[in-house]
Amino acid sequence: MSAAGTLPDRAPHGGQRDPYKIGHHGGGHHEATGHGEGGPASKRIIVGYGFWIFLLSDIVLFSAFFATYAVLAKATAGGPSGRDLFELDRVAIETACLLASSYLCGLAYVAAQAKNMLWTQIGLLATGLLGFVFVLLEVQEFAQMAAEGAGPQRSAFLTAFFSLVGCHGLHVSLGLLWLGTMMAQIWAKGFRPAIMRRLLCFNLFWHALDIIWVAIFTIVYLMGAGA
Amino acid sequence: MLGKLTWAAIPLDNPMPIIASLVVGIIILAVLIWVTARGWWPYLWHEWITSVDHKRIGVMYVILSVVMLIRGFSDAIMMRTQQAAAFHSAGYLPPAHYDQVFSAHGTIMIFFGAMPMIIGLMNFVVPLQLGVRDVAFPTLNSVSFWLTASGALLVNVSLVIGEFARTGWLVYPPLSELKYSPGVGVDYYLWALQISGAGTLMAGVNLVTTILKMRAPGMGYLRMPMFCWTALTSNMLIIAAFPILTATLAMLILDRYLGFHFFTNTAGGNMMMFINLIWCWGHPEVYILVLPAFGVFSEVVSTFSSKPLFGYRSMVAATLFITIVSFLVWLHHFFTMGAGANVNAAFGIATSVIAVGTGVKIYNWLFTMYGGRVRFTTPMLWSIGFMVTFVLGGMTGVLLAVPPADFVLHNSLFLVAHFHNVIVGGVIFGAFAGITYWFPKAFGFRLVESWGKAAFWLALIGFWVTFAPLYVTGLEGMTRRLQHVDVAEWHPWMLVSVAGVAILIAGVICQVTQLFVSIHRREELRDTTGDPWDGRSMEWATPSPPPAFNFAVMPNVENEEPYWTIKRRAIEAQRLGPEPHYEPIHMPKNSPTGVVTAFFTTFMGFAMIWHIWWLVGVGFVGAYATFVVFAWRDVEEYEVPAEEVARIDRARRKARIEWMERAGEAA
Repeated sequence: MSAAGTLPDRAPHGGQRDPYKIGHHGGGHHEATGHGEGGPASKRIIVGYGFWIFLLSDIVLFSAFFATYAVLAKATAGGPSGRDLFELDRVAIETACLLASSYLCGLAYVAAQAKNMLWTQIGLLATGLLGFVFVLLEVQEFAQMAAEGAGPQRSAFLTAFFSLVGCHGLHVSLGLLWLGTMMAQIWAKGFRPAIMRRLLCFNLFWHALDIIWVAIFTIVYLMGAGA
Repeated sequence: MLGKLTWAAIPLDNPMPIIASLVVGIIILAVLIWVTARGWWPYLWHEWITSVDHKRIGVMYVILSVVMLIRGFSDAIMMRTQQAAAFHSAGYLPPAHYDQVFSAHGTIMIFFGAMPMIIGLMNFVVPLQLGVRDVAFPTLNSVSFWLTASGALLVNVSLVIGEFARTGWLVYPPLSELKYSPGVGVDYYLWALQISGAGTLMAGVNLVTTILKMRAPGMGYLRMPMFCWTALTSNMLIIAAFPILTATLAMLILDRYLGFHFFTNTAGGNMMMFINLIWCWGHPEVYILVLPAFGVFSEVVSTFSSKPLFGYRSMVAATLFITIVSFLVWLHHFFTMGAGANVNAAFGIATSVIAVGTGVKIYNWLFTMYGGRVRFTTPMLWSIGFMVTFVLGGMTGVLLAVPPADFVLHNSLFLVAHFHNVIVGGVIFGAFAGITYWFPKAFGFRLVESWGKAAFWLALIGFWVTFAPLYVTGLEGMTRRLQHVDVAEWHPWMLVSVAGVAILIAGVICQVTQLFVSIHRREELRDTTGDPWDGRSMEWATPSPPPAFNFAVMPNVENEEPYWTIKRRAIEAQRLGPEPHYEPIHMPKNSPTGVVTAFFTTFMGFAMIWHIWWLVGVGFVGAYATFVVFAWRDVEEYEVPAEEVARIDRARRKARIEWMERAGEAA
């Protein structure tokens, strides 16, 4: 019968009925208490948390490509192996670009929190340029390999290599599209709460791609070139 | 200009799909004309198509599911009649068509029948049970739904433009590779599933975030209703499993479109990897579907036994146990494919162990009923029918989990009977129990009991008459997916099975009749109190149907059955709590983002299937532009004024007081 809500905050017999004494905060406009007993979390926490869960699912997607790579790494079908193909110098530059980009992205967020438009835009632009250099280097690597007859159609190993690394590259490219859109949006709309939440999500995304790249760098390039 | 698409793609030489699609086309056209003539487009557009209300989206999911269940059921009718007719003859379905029918049946039933049904129920119920006003990301919820609808549309387009896959519902390579399946059938499958799979993943993210971060004050984890627990675990499985499906299908797409060598039998490709990956998704998928159904049964059995759920904490533990172990059993789908005795033994044991968790649940439901005042309403009948049917299906599953037995029964009709036994008996019975149970909450009136009970008995009997013969012929060695059956001993069983299908058809007719009769008699079936079943969890505290904001004031949760507590307290004291102070409520604004995005992705998928590359570009740019427009909007919420909230809530309180006084007199 009644009532959702007709006895908020009150709980006349609360002491006996609720031995854990949780849930008497009412309202729902507080920061999360950690387990949700205080009512719904704030929007910022909900958005960040939800995006983290999405990133987890994205990492699961990558793990499928990693597993595939592990299975097919030796299936060179008489073609070139990673040892013949990988140029670690370029990969080192790519890694430096991506990690520096991530660092600058974090700085841009700090500037955005201080509501400094100029430094936010500079930070995001630098983030994007480094990401763009990364993508260019990767495209150059792919084109060079394809020109040498070591394209993804050559062997199952190369199929797995191009797909795993390319999937990461595709994520970075889509991230650049997102980044450009965000920069325009911050320029046009300023530091609104919704935009700040999106910037937070972009930061999470960009850092997650770093994590993936560290795994690719280690498992694909270092282990591949050394094998 | 149009890629591979030519007039030859329309199967004019094959009358059946043409007639079927003409009939469907005429029905769709008639509905469109009717809606236009009645002038309902503005209402549909503003209140449903662009709605971001979790209740509306949940209802649309269920409607989509029901339509697709009927489509999948008509495929089933064709298969059973073909196998009954094709004894020493060719039957009426040529092999190329028959293969499409069984592939489409499995694909549609799992992805577009069962999945939208379960997600729809979770969407509708979970925020109400948690005592909150919407899901975490309302617009994303709309996008999820419309992407699912987009995938369903593509599968149905394959009926009339081109063909569907002839490879079975999981498109095993190398058969599904370009070399052996050069047509567009597999491409339809791949793109329809990629698009709807993206929607499903987003729905999973949305619901997990909702359950973990948005609950009414006081609702700790161990105070959540059982349905919310099962929804949580089901959606966690979606997040962990669906990306594997996306990756696997992406690999097959790369093989087919760009000549990659993931699963080919040349250049080092490894087709067993596909089998492993697809079942790494496929087995958890079974539990994605059935766990929420378990949740429905928990709610229904408790409500209609007028008792709290027996062993709530053991139920939570069993649910979590099943969730984890469901990821450790995928190999039992291919014991015969050379993994070796020790590996098979490990996976066989893991598979059998799942039955322990399920057994805990069955006993908990039985003990919930024990000593209760059981009301045999339609949802309760579905639940009891489930317990009987599912236990038998589970036992044949444990039998199949024994690798030596599986070597005999692999790919036989025994297997087909087993998984229908658990999916129909578990998921479909659960869906019907859930629909009947929550229908009054969604629409404000109950469904007629008599037609519902008739539908239940026909479904239960029809199910067993259809599938018991398949167990028998499977044991006798009949393999699945046979286009014609020339073994005299099996033929009588095929005839019995088709008789069972006739009973099931009668059951479906009863369901449809139930809906129409209930709409016709809705005034006498009206639920004025919001609590038609004497319920126990928070959704029954709202009026039926609930207002857009669900709860005028956020409820305070004191124990596992918050609504029951409030209700008993009010009946004892013969008064409601004091009227709360009403404040304006901010709700998310409706948005066409979902439907517009899905519009573009449908074209993108279609263009991918037919290699119309420019249209792929247009679709991508359109979908992206839609998101940018969404991101650019200035007003995200609208305000429900305090007076409006007060008006709605006072009407609810008035109905509650009348009901409370009646209940007080009865007590």
